[in-house]
Amino acid sequence: MAVPEETAGGSDVDALDVGAAVAAAHRAHWAAVLGSTVRITRDLDTAEECVQDAYAQALRTWASAGIPDRPDAWLRTVAGNRARDLLRRESVWRRAMPLLVEDATVPDPQDADESPAVADDTLRLIFTCCHPALSREARIALTLRLVCGLSTAEVARAFLVQESTMAARITRAKKKIATARIPYRVPTAADLPERVSAVCDVVHLVFATGSNAPVGETLIREDLVASAVGLARTLYRLLPVPESIGLLALLLLIDARRATRATEAGDPILLEDQDRSLWDRAMIAEGADLLTEALRSGPPTRYAVQAAIAAAHAEAPSFEATDWAEIVALYDVLLRLWPSPVVELNRAVALGMRDGPQAGLSALDRLAAEPTLATYRYLSAARADFLRRLKRWPEAATAYEEALMLTDNEAERSYLAMRLATISFKRTQAGE
Amino acid sequence: MSKYMLLIYGNEQRWETISPEEMAEIDAGHVAFQKQAGDRVLAAGQLEPSSTATTVRGDGSAPAVTDGPFLETKEVVGGFYLLEAADLDEAVALSRVLAEARHEHSGIEIKPLVQHA
Repeated sequence: MAVPEETAGGSDVDALDVGAAVAAAHRAHWAAVLGSTVRITRDLDTAEECVQDAYAQALRTWASAGIPDRPDAWLRTVAGNRARDLLRRESVWRRAMPLLVEDATVPDPQDADESPAVADDTLRLIFTCCHPALSREARIALTLRLVCGLSTAEVARAFLVQESTMAARITRAKKKIATARIPYRVPTAADLPERVSAVCDVVHLVFATGSNAPVGETLIREDLVASAVGLARTLYRLLPVPESIGLLALLLLIDARRATRATEAGDPILLEDQDRSLWDRAMIAEGADLLTEALRSGPPTRYAVQAAIAAAHAEAPSFEATDWAEIVALYDVLLRLWPSPVVELNRAVALGMRDGPQAGLSALDRLAAEPTLATYRYLSAARADFLRRLKRWPEAATAYEEALMLTDNEAERSYLAMRLATISFKRTQAGE
Repeated sequence: MSKYMLLIYGNEQRWETISPEEMAEIDAGHVAFQKQAGDRVLAAGQLEPSSTATTVRGDGSAPAVTDGPFLETKEVVGGFYLLEAADLDEAVALSRVLAEARHEHSGIEIKPLVQHA
């Protein structure tokens, strides 16, 4: 099998170094290698097998031949050769198979790191996985599996379903791509705005799932957060439009606070109790610059406004010095761009911080009839918090009990239980 | 190229009471669709209301003929196009030309035909 001869030479490469190099190449280049291989096989399953083979071969070959200067080029070549090999062998059988529709006008990939062809391969893979004709769950699963290179078991674990369930979901989605002929291409300019939104939505959902795990033992799923930030960076690099710039700004501004969002045991720490000296200042500065860039490059998008809210928190010197008036105003803008009960809930909380707990409580009461929030744990938790600040102990206790019933995340449960216990203590003190 | 069936679904009661203006808009959509799709349209048709339908089905033995549609639903297939298109995006783009794709009482289902080798 032909392999590029651009290896660093030397046969005594440390096994640890090789393992680390392959892992790094997996994180950095999986999508591009798979993308370029799909162009040859025009079939996602075959391409995936070839790319997996190439990474396995890298572990063996790099240990003896040395780590190549351009691991991505090495992997693309090996996976591509394997694909051509398979195609020759199975050409008769393959002719009968439904093939991915490929835009024939795109030239072959060049072996340059950021060549347009490589960028295009990655983008095409992202847009195929996030096609609106696929269900939202399928889009997320395919993106994590094919673009981020997570194993089916890892994707299943992230969404707390059985591995067999997730495997079936991914297989069904791949079958739809092939039989309905979802094209493997970057959408045309006319379709791009809508399709970029679908992609940003998936990346944002992966991030949200990772940074506030709805169920499970820990609050933060580092692997999902890292995948989402990586995807947002890729999108920004390849397709810097207002929406993708705003999205990256938002993710960085939130992720900059990751180290202080939970205790070592995994319990959540409220914003007001977080150690702001531990926030990642470089990441906040990068996010703020991107936010400026996003706002300069077009009308504000939903993500840019959310990023502006995150920036207002990240840049406040202390919780007390937070500019709640600005945050409420930003939520008003966000509600126009993205009307949703959850945004209204967040606005009500900010309003309570600006005008006092009674105002916040009144704003929340107006949301009580909202059916989509009926089982939303943060509504009960927010009500509980305002009632606690108003020292209305019995009502606060009921609201905390409600929130406890609605959450399946162990870390959040233990936090709410602690609040509830404190209130019982206050009630005893108050002689109630 | 692939073949797609475009099934135009809608609320039959709404269709029966449609205004002349809306009817004209729907007609214009079909004219624009056929102009854009050209000879990629392999077959097309508008269906009479489901009250005119006849169903033939059996219980494992002799088929019985009954009055009425196969499924008694409010939303029914009112028309179809059999279309040849390069991929799903092309079929979707053409579907969007139809007024039925915009109105809340209608919608278009796109199904690929099985490709026999």
